[in-house]
Amino acid sequence: MQSAKISVQDFSLYYGAFHALKKISLGFPPCSLTALVGPSGCGKSTLLRSLNRMNDLIAGVRVEGRVSLEGSNIYDPDVDVVSLRKKVGMVFQRPNPFPMSIFENIAYGPRVHGEKKRSRLQDIVEQSLKSAALWDEVKDRLDSPALKLSGGQQQRLCIARLLAVEPEVLLMDEPCSALDPIATEKVEELVMDLKKKYTIVVVTHNIAQAARISDYLAFFYLGEMIESGVTRQLLTNPTKHQTEDYLTGRFG
Amino acid sequence: MKKRNLAQRTAFLLIGASAVITFALFALILGYVLIKGMANINWEFLTTYPARMGREGGIFPTIIGTLVLTGVALLIAVPLGVAAAIYLSEYTKGGIGIRIIRFAIESLAGIPSIIYGLFGFAFLVTFLKLGFSVLSGAIALALMVLPIIIRTTEEAIRTVPDDYRQASLALGATRWQTTSRVVLPAALPGVVTAVMLASGRAVGETAAVWLTAGGALKLPFSLHDPTRPMTLHLYYLAAEGLSLERAYATAAVLLVLVLVVYSLAIFFRQKFGMKRR
Repeated sequence: MQSAKISVQDFSLYYGAFHALKKISLGFPPCSLTALVGPSGCGKSTLLRSLNRMNDLIAGVRVEGRVSLEGSNIYDPDVDVVSLRKKVGMVFQRPNPFPMSIFENIAYGPRVHGEKKRSRLQDIVEQSLKSAALWDEVKDRLDSPALKLSGGQQQRLCIARLLAVEPEVLLMDEPCSALDPIATEKVEELVMDLKKKYTIVVVTHNIAQAARISDYLAFFYLGEMIESGVTRQLLTNPTKHQTEDYLTGRFG
Repeated sequence: MKKRNLAQRTAFLLIGASAVITFALFALILGYVLIKGMANINWEFLTTYPARMGREGGIFPTIIGTLVLTGVALLIAVPLGVAAAIYLSEYTKGGIGIRIIRFAIESLAGIPSIIYGLFGFAFLVTFLKLGFSVLSGAIALALMVLPIIIRTTEEAIRTVPDDYRQASLALGATRWQTTSRVVLPAALPGVVTAVMLASGRAVGETAAVWLTAGGALKLPFSLHDPTRPMTLHLYYLAAEGLSLERAYATAAVLLVLVLVVYSLAIFFRQKFGMKRR
């Protein structure tokens, strides 16, 4: 693998006494898409949330090891979590637009980071919606409530909202599991386009989806990373039997 | 089979009867006071001063008294209560200190209003030398309605879906930005409800203002002036045998005011409740 944009080294995480992640070492190369797969409870979402320190919000969480973003450890005590999350953004399983207009949703990110000029905000909103392949569908109703959009549109709105703060890494936690197949297709198309510019990490339950969209694959089981590598390689020639069992659907 | 049907019908009958009786009692009290009082209410009654200690004349200064006391009480209690509610729901994680604070707030809600009055008299009027004044009365009222505001606002804040907070924080916003730009605006209808419920309570309070607001029948022009709200006036008119008809009339005006405030609270709560879904 080329040098990673963001990586974890010997990373462990405990929820109180529960050992959720066991010494994970994995790198995410720039401008690529890595899929994290594995059965429920294996720790893949926990790992994802560790990459932008969203786990800090849960009481009783303890971490060991290192997460490096461009060389520096994001768990260093003097790291500004707020600017970390600007660089490493997240899209959630259930689309969660704010109860505001479409415009206000996209402008929220730049605004909290200090952007005040109306004209700049308008440009940012347009750019982000275009990058998220949503502009044509909503350009005439930017002031209408975001909650009126369909599920698929809402998720693309959340992606646009994220792009508006100009992140470098995109984290997506099962972004399509709450969407119908057509909406899923649109989001997958978008993500394939985005990986040319961004480093993307996607958690997914859907092996077929992982096969479709990812360049690299990492398989997790009970808090450990069993195997990782180039997607095509892993799917055709997994080296561990657990990997093969999961990928062929023998358990899940 | 027949026995079960009979049991069911009897149960429904009893439940239905209780509902009817409850409503009937409410209608009875309301109707009685309104009917006896309406006879004496006219524009003159609402806009002139009492004469001969209230035996004659109107209740104008007392209407102002009620409005001023409630208004100042809200000015004190709402910012304080909303801030406390934000702190309790967004900035703490539980633990023994918080549980003690919560217990204190709930207990405040249960303290008899006359004790607020006595406390107000001993501490505000006498010790702090605020005297019988709008300020003393409003502070006593503010203490009384504070638990209502905190409880209702906290509930409103809790109802805001966590999804919104997660989304905001994941975009790189700070806790305070998330609270002020996303959570509070979403909880605003609940805050409005809290304020209305608090006003309903404050408008109808007698014992707490009895020993703190004074009772003078002049218009209060400063926070240090004494004043008499309608509730107190009603009490004096009836208890000292000054004018039973005017007592009923005052009661009727008061009831209408309270009903209007509560109706608005319920209306807004329902209206915004739907919007949030």
